[in-house]
Amino acid sequence: MISIKEMAAKPVKLTEGHRLCAGCSEPIVAKQVLLGTDKPVVVSNATGCFEVSTSGYPYSSWNVPWIHSAFENTAATISGVEAAYRVLKRKGKVTDDMRFVCFAGDGATYDIGFQALSGAIERGHQFLFVCMNNEAYMNTGIQRSGATQKGASTTTCPSGTCIPGKREFPKDITKIIAAHELPYAAQASPHNWKDLIEKASKGFEAGGPAFLNVISPCPRGWRYESAQTIEIAKLAVETGIWPLYEYENGKWRFTAESKRMAEGKMERRPIIDWLKSQGRFKHLLDPKWSSTVVEIQANVDRKWDELVQLSKL
Amino acid sequence: MKRIAVNGDQAVALSWKQINPDVCASYPITPQTIIVEAFSDYVADGEVDTEYVCSESEHSSMSICVGAAAAGARSVTSTASAGLAFMWEMLYIAASMRLPIVMTVANRALSGPINIHCDHSDAMGARDSGWVQIFAENVQEAYDNSLMSFRIAEHPDVHLPVMNCLDGFIVTHAIESLSPVEDEAVKKFVGEYKPVKPLLDWRNPHSFGPFDMPDYYYEHKYQQAMAMKNVLPVFKEVASEFEKMTGRKYDVIEKYMVDDAEYVAVSMGSTAGTLKAVVDELRKDGHKVGCLKVRLFRPFPYAEIAKALEGKKAVAVLDRVISFGAVGPLFSDVRSAEFDNRIHPRTVNYVYGLGGRDVGVEDLKVVFREMEAGTAKTVNYLGVKQ
Repeated sequence: MISIKEMAAKPVKLTEGHRLCAGCSEPIVAKQVLLGTDKPVVVSNATGCFEVSTSGYPYSSWNVPWIHSAFENTAATISGVEAAYRVLKRKGKVTDDMRFVCFAGDGATYDIGFQALSGAIERGHQFLFVCMNNEAYMNTGIQRSGATQKGASTTTCPSGTCIPGKREFPKDITKIIAAHELPYAAQASPHNWKDLIEKASKGFEAGGPAFLNVISPCPRGWRYESAQTIEIAKLAVETGIWPLYEYENGKWRFTAESKRMAEGKMERRPIIDWLKSQGRFKHLLDPKWSSTVVEIQANVDRKWDELVQLSKL
Repeated sequence: MKRIAVNGDQAVALSWKQINPDVCASYPITPQTIIVEAFSDYVADGEVDTEYVCSESEHSSMSICVGAAAAGARSVTSTASAGLAFMWEMLYIAASMRLPIVMTVANRALSGPINIHCDHSDAMGARDSGWVQIFAENVQEAYDNSLMSFRIAEHPDVHLPVMNCLDGFIVTHAIESLSPVEDEAVKKFVGEYKPVKPLLDWRNPHSFGPFDMPDYYYEHKYQQAMAMKNVLPVFKEVASEFEKMTGRKYDVIEKYMVDDAEYVAVSMGSTAGTLKAVVDELRKDGHKVGCLKVRLFRPFPYAEIAKALEGKKAVAVLDRVISFGAVGPLFSDVRSAEFDNRIHPRTVNYVYGLGGRDVGVEDLKVVFREMEAGTAKTVNYLGVKQ
């Protein structure tokens, strides 16, 4: 594992000057992911905050080849790039060993982009798909997605007098992706850069499709102070709502803090700490919705136990 | 090269084999499926070097072609009907990114009701997407258009995707005699692909598909419009080179007995062939009739059409599509072209052949009879059961 000093000396692939919000976790995640390889890399970006804010013509924040074509198809787009790479390498027109990465939000992963992602994984293209999961459609103004947590208030599942925010639990996309039996899938968090970069490196070198689901706190959508992004990401891991783990060649493994928790070396914090930290859950603190809090905790516990069982396989 | 008996889909697949594109991404849909099946055989037998990607949908097929073309690969696909409709979003993106993708469309009706047979509603839905659209009358033209389309798409003055249309079943599945070009001649004609600013040139990184605000979007659309305009001379240039190689002469339109005709029927695709037979029969009986085929639909050859139809007594435009609440798209364009002439002949519209309804010689004679008698309405529904 390289040091921060060594990393700081590496070429900058995503430059400053982009228009993402103060406190946005996406450029932090992207920079960490891109530190995961020293090989030439092509980026495919789904429509969303990250694409809009890094590519406003005639400027670009990208020092590496970058393509955006639409919202739902970033995995199909990179499939095309990678297919071109395979054939042109075979013909001797490209000689370098190259890597391919997709950056997509949770909408472009869990919802509208799911079909293209599933297809690209099944076909076995060599690419790393990174979901920057901020748990809602933030670019259009905080609407509910398949990744939105139960109880979270968004503009299309607002907390009201009758309904306490989103009624459903998010789908477990990392497990759905793992069910494709691809070489590598993992969950990561930007607060633990070491763990994230290591996972990105494994993804880049997986020799086939790889998936990285990264919790990506959004100060605007989650309603917390901009300076708290990394703290919030850390809290997601500490409360167990975002376990750090990897699925590598059929084996499940906890990593970093989650591993210490699973080994009993660290306490898992109660979910109420997570809910108290963000405005999107503030209505849940009303005793009226205490049963929802109980349900959320029960679900975290159940999912945790399931991962413990998987890690024993 | 020896003449062979093939259907339209096989002829297109043969043209692809000879061109040996870098990437082919496709999804099966009737009546284009034979193309991808035949091409898969070429891949399986090592007759091409193509990276063949079986996508999980047509939307992804076009997205894969966009990624591959941007990366620097000569890219092809084919589809029909609902498949083309599903690609709709990506058609505009492929064109606006100025990617010279070549796609064959086996023209088929759109649902609903679901129908697998020929009409032009799929291609007409894509007419404003920024793709060059060429229509083939028969198997030979489907093959020849396919060869020429790569040159047009990749021409430095154009750099736009090209859609090769052939009538579903009527051309895709009918076995005809084809005169193929020698493999070596095809290679020489199409040439080595030289991509512009490819993504895989990582030492010179480029950003493809950035976000445009109102200060640039309009200019980018204007550049696309100018590139489309350039297709007209480029088509003629490529066709003339093709003629030197094959002896087969093609232009943006094809006139059959038009010059001295008083009554002219205008059409696209396989119907143009039937119309020629109708014209032959009616001419024998002394009728001064002719027919005009529009080969290049986008960009639309307004000047050529206006000139061809100048001074006629009446013109009938046949649309194998219905534009609900409006006249047919071909009619609309032809009548607009005629408006630049000093005198305007009576011009009428015939909607026909929807969902594969057979249109034969006797049906088409009605068009000329009504033109001559002056009984045709502005919009007529040929052969519809009331």
